[in-house]
Amino acid sequence: MKICTIQELLSARVIVGEERLGDHVYSACGSDMMSDVLAYVKDQAVLLTGLVNPQVIRTAEMMDMICIVFVRSKEPTPEMIRLAEESGLVLLATDKRLYEACGILYSNGLVGNKVKRAAL
Amino acid sequence: MSDVLTFRFDVDGENFTSAGQASVQIKKNLRQLGLPPEIIRRVSIAMYEGEINMVIHAGGGNAEVRVAEDFIEIELVDHGPGIADIEQAMQAGFSTAPDNIRSLGFGAGMGLPNMKRYTDSMDIQSKVGDGTRIVMRVDLTA
Repeated sequence: MKICTIQELLSARVIVGEERLGDHVYSACGSDMMSDVLAYVKDQAVLLTGLVNPQVIRTAEMMDMICIVFVRSKEPTPEMIRLAEESGLVLLATDKRLYEACGILYSNGLVGNKVKRAAL
Repeated sequence: MSDVLTFRFDVDGENFTSAGQASVQIKKNLRQLGLPPEIIRRVSIAMYEGEINMVIHAGGGNAEVRVAEDFIEIELVDHGPGIADIEQAMQAGFSTAPDNIRSLGFGAGMGLPNMKRYTDSMDIQSKVGDGTRIVMRVDLTA
């Protein structure tokens, strides 16, 4: 699934990373606990979360993710946006809740970590 | 053994916001060395969890990453309160982190288990009131 498709499906706003909207992603995860993301996620490309602090950006970076979707109308801080720009991450924001946002993406074919993301 | 490349970092314990900076830096350094992405990810996640732990529990500390020909070693040293029961601390879900840390997305009791999961060996030495020293190793040979 292209990141721009995620944006459309979730009626999301692009905060940063417009130039990577054409990138393909093959899996995603949703969590507000970063330690769980670090523990259970392999080869995920998209993180959906309602958590807003710089550690969300660092966690995504550590996991080699390329896109973060902030749910429930959460807005990242300028510091987070700066960190995301440095790391080349795409940040999206949607007013949908975590469960709903994950459900929409899943039912449109973006599964959990069953499918391995293409090599970088 | 041939040359060992060493990277040293001070982990600032005052600021949770800046926690993880050393891990971000080591990830860049390892990329520059052209190491496999999977190895880089394992080393940086283990170090990141360790760094977060040092900030949450120990008021910061020092990290050293040694890149040798056939392994990468991460050494984390702090002078925090120490770990009273290491076996208990290693259990997934056990945490002594305060609630405010949980609201920041950590403190789920996954830090040490994750560090063990992503490395090939992990040694913890800790003394209550004195501090903790953790050495983790990721093998580079298949």
